[in-house]
Amino acid sequence: MANDIGRITRDGLWDNNIVFAQMLGLCPALAVTSNATNGLGMGLATTVVLVLSGVLVSAFRRVIDRQVRIPIYVLLISTIVTLVDIGMNAWLHELHKVLGLFIPLIVVNCAVMGRAEAFASKHSPLAAASDGLAMGLGFTLALVLLGGSREVIGQGTLFADASLLLGQAFAFLELELIPGYRGVLLMILPPGGFLALGFLVAARQRLTRAGQPRAAEPVPPIATETAK
Amino acid sequence: MDEPIETAATKPRPTRPGLLLGAFALGCSALLALAHAHTRDLIAQRALEDLQFTISQTIPAELYDNDLLADTVELARDDGAPALTAYRARRDGSITAVAYRWVTEAGYGGPITLVVGIARDGRVLGVRTVSHSETPGLGDKIDIRKSDWMRSFNGRRLDAGNPHEWAVRKDGGSFDQFAGATITPRAVVAAVRESLTFFAENSAALVADATGVDAPEDAASDAPAAGAVNNAPPTPDSAEARSDGE
Repeated sequence: MANDIGRITRDGLWDNNIVFAQMLGLCPALAVTSNATNGLGMGLATTVVLVLSGVLVSAFRRVIDRQVRIPIYVLLISTIVTLVDIGMNAWLHELHKVLGLFIPLIVVNCAVMGRAEAFASKHSPLAAASDGLAMGLGFTLALVLLGGSREVIGQGTLFADASLLLGQAFAFLELELIPGYRGVLLMILPPGGFLALGFLVAARQRLTRAGQPRAAEPVPPIATETAK
Repeated sequence: MDEPIETAATKPRPTRPGLLLGAFALGCSALLALAHAHTRDLIAQRALEDLQFTISQTIPAELYDNDLLADTVELARDDGAPALTAYRARRDGSITAVAYRWVTEAGYGGPITLVVGIARDGRVLGVRTVSHSETPGLGDKIDIRKSDWMRSFNGRRLDAGNPHEWAVRKDGGSFDQFAGATITPRAVVAAVRESLTFFAENSAALVADATGVDAPEDAASDAPAAGAVNNAPPTPDSAEARSDGE
């Protein structure tokens, strides 16, 4: 089991990273990552939903009929997202004001559905929860990298307004790296998302290949599912 | 997915998947209905607190001693927009200021919702952005947490002599635009100007009360102090001083 968890963690964070390897969830990933703070917020909110949906799908995996599994996953995931949304609005209102923007977007993240189908429906709830956590943190990592690189080039800052998301204690994260920098507007705008993603995926490919013998041309572990 | 399902042993009836899906739909709806019933009042309460907080930022506390959210007046709009709810600030029973929401569709990323606080004599007490979807890092300087720009409205008024000032500098007015974003400040300046026109046209209905016609003079002279509460120089002079610096 310990081995499994190690494998699951490695998979989620790097080998099978949702954004960089599976190329899933690109719509929310590109839409919100105009700075690192937004990427962090979106990543954390998605992680919560991934863990909850993994556990639920796994708990019902012996009951759910193959023929109707997809509509049932859709129901479960959208219910979880809605519950998280209204629950946060009622009890964690300050956090909701900042993250609330991202939560409805999680419904269109096909990575949540992808993990339900590819992992949670075949494993125990504990394994599914670890997978959700690892995948979610991997997604968060990807979004922070994406948002961070766009923010530095586009605006010359890093983690601007992090204290609005995490509280005053995290104000130290807010850096102005290049004072007086005018910024490359393109990187903040939507095309910048595609550019940054392209460069990051290429960089990851290079890192991955560097660790492997040259002879074996690696086949990227991309499933044939269509990305949204 | 090749894992045996419990029903695989028995011969599955064709109705089973449908019933199962129905059961899940019912269960999920029940959960959502429960959660909604449980949180509805709390969420409404939070929304009210948010509104109260925003209004309290646009009308200085010394101008009122009443419950703003309870003292409202509904005004019909002639342009077909939904009726406008104005929150009235009273001190010792007479109206000192009003605040209302104003939405503009001219934003770069979608509608921008503002709350404007206007003193009885037509002077702007404060403007805050409630919601917007402007470009982060460029147009979002209309958020008071990110920039002081919204304070440049404090203390201004719209009268016959100065309509041309109500525009961004690029258009010959007296409001700063943002580096890289002109559309957003242009939309907000125009919206505040519209809201002041609305105030002028409806001031009778907005500030009508039986008592204290003379009271507002005192209230108006309190307004600069109001700016001080906001930690910013409240008068138009501050904007001009900035322009000299440019």
